[in-house]
Amino acid sequence: MKKQLILEDGTIFIGKGFGSDTNSIGEVVFNTGMTGYQEILSDPSYCGQIVTLTYPLIGNYGINRDDFESISPAISGFIVKEACEFPSNWRNEQSIEDYFKMKNIPGIAGIDTRKLTRIIRQHGTLKGAICSISENPEVIIEKLRATKLRNDQVKQVSTKTPYPSPGRGRRVVLVDFGMKHGILRELNKRDCDVIVVPYNTAAEEILSMSPDGVMLSNGPGDPKDVEEAITMIKGLLGKVPIFGICLGHQLFALACGANTEKLKFGHRGSNHPVKDLQTGKVALTSQNHGYSVEENSITGTPLEVTHIALNDGTIEGLKHKEVPAFTVQYHPEASPGPEDANGLFEQFLQMIESHKEEGAAACQSVQI
Amino acid sequence: MSKRTDIKSILVIGSGPIVIGQAAEFDYAGTQACIALKEEGYRVILVNSNPATIMTDTEIADAVYIEPLTVEFVSRIIRKERPDALVPTLGGQTGLNLAVELAESGVLEECGVEILGTKLSAIQKAEDRDLFRNLMNELGEPVPESEIIHNLDEAYEFVNRIGYPVIVRPAFTLGGTGGGICHDEEDLIEIVTSGLKNSPVTQCLLEKSIAGFKEIEYEVMRDSNDNAIVVCNMENFDPVGVHTGDSIVVAPSQTLSDREYQLLRNTSLKIIRALEIEGGCNVQLALDPDSFNYYIIEVNPRVSRSSALASKATGYPIAKLAAKIAVGLTLDEMMNPVTGKTYACFEPALDYIVSKIPRWPFDKFESANRSLGTQMKATGEVMAIGRTFEESLLKAVRSLEANIYHLELKNAGQISDELIEKRIRKAGDERLFYIGEAIRRGVTIETIHEWSKIDLFFLYKIKKIIDFENVLTENPFDPDTGKAAKEMGFADPVIARLWDSNELEVYSWRKENAIEPVYKMVDTCAAEFESETPYFYGTYEDENESEVSGRKSVVVLGSGPIRIGQGVEFDYSTVHAVWAIKEAGYEAIIINNNPETVSTDFSISDKLYFEPLTIEDVMHIIDLEKPEGVVVQFGGQTAINLAADLVERGVKILGTSLESLDRAEDRDKFEQALAELGIPMPKGKTALSVEQAVAIASEIGYPVVVRPSYVLGGRAMEIVYKEDELLYYMENAVKVNPEHPVLIDRYLTGKEIEVDAISDGENVLIPGIMEHIERAGVHSGDSIAVYPPQNISEAIKDKLVEYTEKMAKGLGIIGLLNIQYVVAKGEVYVLEVNPRSSRTVPFLSKITNVPMAKIATKVIMGQTLAQQGCGSGLLPERKGVFVKVPVFSFAKLRRVDITLGPEMKSTGEVMGKDSTLEKALYKGLVASGMKIQPFGTVLMTVADKDKEEALQLAKRFVSIGYRLMATSGTALFLKTAGIPVKVTGKIGSEGPNLLDVIKNGEAQFVINTLTKGKQPARDGFRIRRESVENGVPCLTSLDTAEAILQVIESMNFSADAMDKPEEIQEAVLS
Repeated sequence: MKKQLILEDGTIFIGKGFGSDTNSIGEVVFNTGMTGYQEILSDPSYCGQIVTLTYPLIGNYGINRDDFESISPAISGFIVKEACEFPSNWRNEQSIEDYFKMKNIPGIAGIDTRKLTRIIRQHGTLKGAICSISENPEVIIEKLRATKLRNDQVKQVSTKTPYPSPGRGRRVVLVDFGMKHGILRELNKRDCDVIVVPYNTAAEEILSMSPDGVMLSNGPGDPKDVEEAITMIKGLLGKVPIFGICLGHQLFALACGANTEKLKFGHRGSNHPVKDLQTGKVALTSQNHGYSVEENSITGTPLEVTHIALNDGTIEGLKHKEVPAFTVQYHPEASPGPEDANGLFEQFLQMIESHKEEGAAACQSVQI
Repeated sequence: MSKRTDIKSILVIGSGPIVIGQAAEFDYAGTQACIALKEEGYRVILVNSNPATIMTDTEIADAVYIEPLTVEFVSRIIRKERPDALVPTLGGQTGLNLAVELAESGVLEECGVEILGTKLSAIQKAEDRDLFRNLMNELGEPVPESEIIHNLDEAYEFVNRIGYPVIVRPAFTLGGTGGGICHDEEDLIEIVTSGLKNSPVTQCLLEKSIAGFKEIEYEVMRDSNDNAIVVCNMENFDPVGVHTGDSIVVAPSQTLSDREYQLLRNTSLKIIRALEIEGGCNVQLALDPDSFNYYIIEVNPRVSRSSALASKATGYPIAKLAAKIAVGLTLDEMMNPVTGKTYACFEPALDYIVSKIPRWPFDKFESANRSLGTQMKATGEVMAIGRTFEESLLKAVRSLEANIYHLELKNAGQISDELIEKRIRKAGDERLFYIGEAIRRGVTIETIHEWSKIDLFFLYKIKKIIDFENVLTENPFDPDTGKAAKEMGFADPVIARLWDSNELEVYSWRKENAIEPVYKMVDTCAAEFESETPYFYGTYEDENESEVSGRKSVVVLGSGPIRIGQGVEFDYSTVHAVWAIKEAGYEAIIINNNPETVSTDFSISDKLYFEPLTIEDVMHIIDLEKPEGVVVQFGGQTAINLAADLVERGVKILGTSLESLDRAEDRDKFEQALAELGIPMPKGKTALSVEQAVAIASEIGYPVVVRPSYVLGGRAMEIVYKEDELLYYMENAVKVNPEHPVLIDRYLTGKEIEVDAISDGENVLIPGIMEHIERAGVHSGDSIAVYPPQNISEAIKDKLVEYTEKMAKGLGIIGLLNIQYVVAKGEVYVLEVNPRSSRTVPFLSKITNVPMAKIATKVIMGQTLAQQGCGSGLLPERKGVFVKVPVFSFAKLRRVDITLGPEMKSTGEVMGKDSTLEKALYKGLVASGMKIQPFGTVLMTVADKDKEEALQLAKRFVSIGYRLMATSGTALFLKTAGIPVKVTGKIGSEGPNLLDVIKNGEAQFVINTLTKGKQPARDGFRIRRESVENGVPCLTSLDTAEAILQVIESMNFSADAMDKPEEIQEAVLS
């Protein structure tokens, strides 16, 4: 089944379709991770995007029960050089072809994904369509140029209602902007008593749950499109320790008065070096973001830059100078990718502990 | 900047000669490291015994010592040079072991030399099995159940506890020498005994076998700030049980999910941090194919063969950065040399698949045991890059230059199903091809998996390749099918066969249908960042990234995988040719497929194509680049063999023309040319049939030298003394027919001389003449060569010069040529002419200070010798004596006969340099690994024809206090001549026999000359193997024995009693 991939700049690729036979439009982005396609395709941060993987052989170890980052993928399409027909791994349950069919998502294989990546690198992220070979490319290109992609991705992928993921430890309210399961897993692993809430939950409502800490998750799209969340974070600042990841980090920055900007083609992959400015050490991190916090906008805010991307110097970590809150642009929960930054979850829990102690000390001094 | 400023000079230890388990990868690593350290402003002192390397060029380090890698000689250099520090991790296991010995000897402390990079304690923790196991236990990292044993009894105890199969790994050895898998008691006795002998500390690790697990390797790096990264991970196609150097390897891993990848990544980083390695490290792991369980197999705290492969597979220069880390630089302050814009502290992302296939020497050693286990047997390897696994694998297959272009066996029709199963169950060099054949015969991949434990992922891909053969057959000249076949890596000759066509026709048809490869860049970052690395591979896709510069360019063909007969020497010449072409103002483009070499370092040439050296792959590049021409004379026989096809396709060969090449290589044309020039050669003729061979031999008289025409390193060449031997040879060793003629020459006993020269067509420059210690009949690559010649007259030298000049001009040589002569009874005869660079070019270049490959390249590019300011004729001899001593890898190849003969067997070479022949020989022999004892016992068993000559040697041995032992025949002969000798029993006799003498270390040398027939069953063979197995030098040529004797004599003061008065009286009177 021949299909075409058409980009808004007029480039046409011909490949072999797999998965769903539907046509699809989205922002085309590339990820350079060599493993972890199952986590990538199920990461809600890719909502509305058509993802291409630079590694050519995809699907080699199949799709398994355990490695999803959400219950259903939110991507609009998948572009690969080769989709493995015969996966081999002890956890394998189905091929990616079967999985995409089941989830009704279109994929296209046989694409020179290196060429595609180079186009994105030079041109910046651009819109594209996976469609039938019978479509007239001129028409599709016109349509692509005219289409304004949806900007309510967070609403699409966030949970509609709060739900608990109980534990015996500290209570953490996890705001779901398109949360990867990995974040929840890391909190549960540390015995946290987690309540996952929708992206538009009010600060008061969160505080009424008596959290020991609030976790701001990752999520898709432009942080400026999620105004409710910015208001909410403002309402939480200083009242409860906060840890933010990815979109959560960007929203936190906006709430503190900084600004965000769109990157040319983003950081998406499993090999991004991030330097901790305090220790001077570098961690290899998993990243997936198209926006970043603007460096110049930090001046005058109560924020301090704690981490930077080694390669382009963009901000990768922030800390509030006055209240207990820190955030990172990258993914300490990994899945997929290196687990070098996993210690940040410990750091969050330590922040909760020291905040508790300070609180207790403050209470005592009031009593005296 | 954290760079060390308290140190000024650094000693780098190289890896010595090329042996199995330690090849050109360390020339690549060492060269990179030396350049990197010089770049940082340090004075670099290099010591290596191997002259055939780029790293021993005087430009690479500030002071270069070509000396034996022993404590004795390196201590001398340390005391003289007083370096501030030493880098031990760049010279392979040899360098690492030597650094440990130097530290233990106290010389480092005495001279205040600091060990950089990896601390001695870390080396010991990684290398000593016991310490390593303890460390893993501390870290909570699993290692297979194991026990350190020091004798056979302890081994029994272990197997009684955990059962068979068990793996034996001797401590502190190279390429797993002496190790193996034991399935029963017989194996246990054999392997443990040899393992203990091979281990310098008489220690082996016995380990529960986890054969069948996935074998995964991680190449990791760490700096002094504790930043640690993974450069590359690799998955072995062959599961645990086959040495990784003998495994087909792919990068990155193919069947690991991210969880498995990260699990093993975390472990690898934990280990490098625990060992506090500052530099590179290789971690080998075994992963259960059915769970998350894994074991650590081994850690190499140094750059290795795998790190060279990882560097070439990713573009990330591990050795260069490891050297900089050793002097304190950190990963986050160094740039990634590939992108030039991003930092070295990151993990390369590949957007292609790399396959490595080892190159084994079994084409030369037909009697060798070809099964693969824990002891490495390959001499070299090839790498190929593709965008599909199929493409990558098939490109690697045709890069092997084994005349195989596909997953198929020669004579497949005669192979039984049983044999196929056997060959798949037990890993051997041809398993991949047997798998192909099995699938073709309908065996399911599940069955093959059951036999071999090879992952179904790989087997399915192979099945796809095999299945596609039918699609091709059914759709001749269909563009879609043809394109799909090329995307899967099918070679033109294979497609041609399936289409009843020929290679050229398929090639032209593809061109007409625009089925051509594009070239993609290896950039470490999967195109995320813009890179300018001139490092490309071909694939069948949309976008070509290799832009033609528009500058005038020249293509240089490399020499492919390292094999016996074509070693690192040819890479040396290739690299120099590239440099010279650049200097001449042209763009230098190199094509090669060997990941171990300096030539495939992308910073050497203007453009590197990592591609197979077959006519189609080379032509694609030529079609794109449109170079001025192609240089073939530096890439050994590999490149020369492509010349005819290139010319046929209209490509210009630079330097010596195809006609001239042919005139030197084609026997009849050569003979005619020499006759015209009036230069004598041993009588000989070409036979096209067995009958003809017999007739020719009786006409020219026995003994005769027989060999197939157009061969490398004297393959299948033999000296035969009688007609029945000739018949045996013709029927068993070669297939003679009009397409494959056999050459028969008179065998002349005499002194063998070797000359390398450069000709510009008008003038001929002869940097030097080399004399061989071993007489003609021993392959020049296996002979000890001496410069300057010690035993030839000026008249003979003049003759040699005259002949060399005549031939260079007469044959139309433009560039390099190498000539082998024999001097017999005062006459000079020509044995052969190689119209190309030779094995001795680096040796001769270094000792005469004439950059031969460079001058030759400039000649090829049109500059005459005079224009280059070079003289002509034979250059004056330099002071001192230089010897080149061959090094063999026999300990790693069981069942191989070590007798020297016309067929080359050595894998590498070392150089000895001093003021006298004896001193130079001593150094050379010691550097080659021989122990030379000033006293002891010689065990002699010589053939009748050699007894007279052996007598003289025996006398001399006795006079310096050596004792003699011999078997009855030889002993009787010696006794009759009045020489004291102890008789020892022959094999099979009652009581202790000569094998026991060897086993018990009662002899320091064995002198054994070949009787006749080469069947391994013969006693001589057992004597020779026993010597190898026990590390006793076994000399099969009386000339080598004499050279050693000469050395020992020079080491000894004489021990002669005072002459009696009557003897003096006699002397005075006479």
